[in-house]
Amino acid sequence: MAGKIRVVVAKPGLDGHDRGAKIIARALRDAGMEVIYTGLHQTPEQIVETVIQEDADAVGISILSGAHMTLVPRIVELLREQGADDVVVLVGGTIPTDDVTALKEQGVAEVFTPGAPTSDIVEYLQSRVPV
Amino acid sequence: MATTEPRKQSSTEAWREELYDAAPERQGVLFTTISGIENPPLRTAETVPVDYERDLGYPGAFPFTRGVYPSMYRGRLWTMRQFAGFGTAEETNERFRYLLEHGQTGLSTAFDMPTLMGYDSDHPRSLGEVGREGVAIDSLADMETLFEAIPLGEVSTSMTINSPAAILLAFYACVGESQGVPRERLRGTIQTDILKEYIAQKEYIFPPEPSMRLVTDMVEFCAREMPLWHPISISGYHIREAGSTAAQELAFTLADGFTYVEWAIERGLDVDDFAPRLSFFFNAHLDFFEEIAKYRAARRIWAHVMRDRYGAKNPRSWLMRFHTQTAGVSLTAQQPEVNIVRTAIEALAAVLGGTQSLHTNSYDEALALPTEDAVRIALRTQQVIAHETGVVNTVDPLGGSYFVEALTTELERQAYEYFDQIEKLGGVVQAIKENFFQKEIAEASFRYQSEVENEQRIVVGVNRYELDDETPLPILRIDPALEQKQIDRVQALRARRDSAAVELALARLKEDAARDDRNLMQPIVDASRAYVTMGEMCDAFREVWGTWRETPVF
Repeated sequence: MAGKIRVVVAKPGLDGHDRGAKIIARALRDAGMEVIYTGLHQTPEQIVETVIQEDADAVGISILSGAHMTLVPRIVELLREQGADDVVVLVGGTIPTDDVTALKEQGVAEVFTPGAPTSDIVEYLQSRVPV
Repeated sequence: MATTEPRKQSSTEAWREELYDAAPERQGVLFTTISGIENPPLRTAETVPVDYERDLGYPGAFPFTRGVYPSMYRGRLWTMRQFAGFGTAEETNERFRYLLEHGQTGLSTAFDMPTLMGYDSDHPRSLGEVGREGVAIDSLADMETLFEAIPLGEVSTSMTINSPAAILLAFYACVGESQGVPRERLRGTIQTDILKEYIAQKEYIFPPEPSMRLVTDMVEFCAREMPLWHPISISGYHIREAGSTAAQELAFTLADGFTYVEWAIERGLDVDDFAPRLSFFFNAHLDFFEEIAKYRAARRIWAHVMRDRYGAKNPRSWLMRFHTQTAGVSLTAQQPEVNIVRTAIEALAAVLGGTQSLHTNSYDEALALPTEDAVRIALRTQQVIAHETGVVNTVDPLGGSYFVEALTTELERQAYEYFDQIEKLGGVVQAIKENFFQKEIAEASFRYQSEVENEQRIVVGVNRYELDDETPLPILRIDPALEQKQIDRVQALRARRDSAAVELALARLKEDAARDDRNLMQPIVDASRAYVTMGEMCDAFREVWGTWRETPVF
């Protein structure tokens, strides 16, 4: 049976801005994906645990607090330690251009910044995750 | 029915049939407001019944639709209050002094995420977040640095903090004391609006009931000891930023306001002893007339409910005074200079809507915290409106506009509909627990996003008029070394203070937190003086009250 793409949408750190995360979660679900939303204020450890437990194909990390250079590499590293480095890691939020490059070098597949249409994110995941 | 004479067609209807319907109308675009309110092509006197005395009245007189003061900006311009804070107390103190030197008339403090969430800078959960989105304040010692060489007897200060608001207020009062300014002379506002945290902004720590008790302790304390201070700034701003409509912002904010009033009355306070010190904080979004109508409706509703439902007798209790900030959510990362235009239009709506103070966003804020240059342009935008446009010369210049009055009445109607729904759910706290607000906002925010993606709404530079090759803007970078500096600072403080005094103060906090008949403000002031940190105080409360976690919905 061809399964659905399973995506964890995650809010790491102390940042409470969840408008974007919720819009993305809903758009991915409307596009036929299985979406698990972690809710707010998650530690990198909690997020990775959810990804493993849910056997997710991808994780979308929404972050607007400026702490992305600390929290995102930690999530990527923990995934690697757990042998889950095949999970596609996406980041969305207010990420300066220089940091986008740095995050990609550290293993983030793609970064979506303000103004990105949800359809781009849907298409990206569909192209990256074989179903 | 059959015998009734056919209703006479109004001249507006006749105009619509004879002229309008034959005229071109663009297809495939929305003529609704940004919040989805239907706009007919024309409003006329016969389609907008307004009773002048009942619905509008005079500025400075009930129901204050036209403004809270008789002379409005002819008497005094609004306070230009730019929100600032980043890094440690030293960096922010420098920015405060820069803003005061450039003609700003009030201070407004942004705290970093760990401070908002009640964690000290060296807490593991603070990693990477110290000083990023605001200033890091761990103890009274940081607060003393933050306001160094700023005379607290002369400025008014706003502090955007909610869950730990009582602690920050105590710090501020202690700094005043050390400058020789007694707390009854301190002027300013602290946000303290915990209800909108559960609804929208999501920087909560404790469950709703103990949080509301703490808020009520502050209201009581300020009514007694800080008569010039605004203990709560009831905020729609964050509700709107989370994606709500204008009507939701209006209704949910006012419903929160009523809830604070009810808790304070329940505590035994006379409504007129605290209501004059409640203030509000609204968003200024892009739909120009809808925003102006929102502010006018807000004033009218508040005046009516305070007088008629809560029995306030002092006219100052009926006045809704509010701060406004332009919509961060409307800023684009694409062609960011265009944000200067958006912000100017939003700021103009706030002024035409009669705001008492205003923050204009900087054009680079969709990318990072603003640079000094960007902040200066934002402040200059307000100065242009105040001194060059002439809009300040007449009070409520749009009053009587058929369109604005119709929208004001419509927003008022939608707000009362929401009040009924909230009441049926058992009030604001219960509705929060049932995720009512969170679902309504998520729905509205998704609808708007879909309209943008379907190009029914055009966002300049985002889904039309894009540039292929944009030069990146220089942005403000927070030095990562500041985090360690702040961690060292709080750890050094813990090593040098009197630890017996700290233990004593914390024990008293826990004891009083467990008893509803105690007001927590004095023990918090005492703990502040003993240099108990903000995180330690919050931990004491966490131990007694537990923490809050919402069920995620999308």
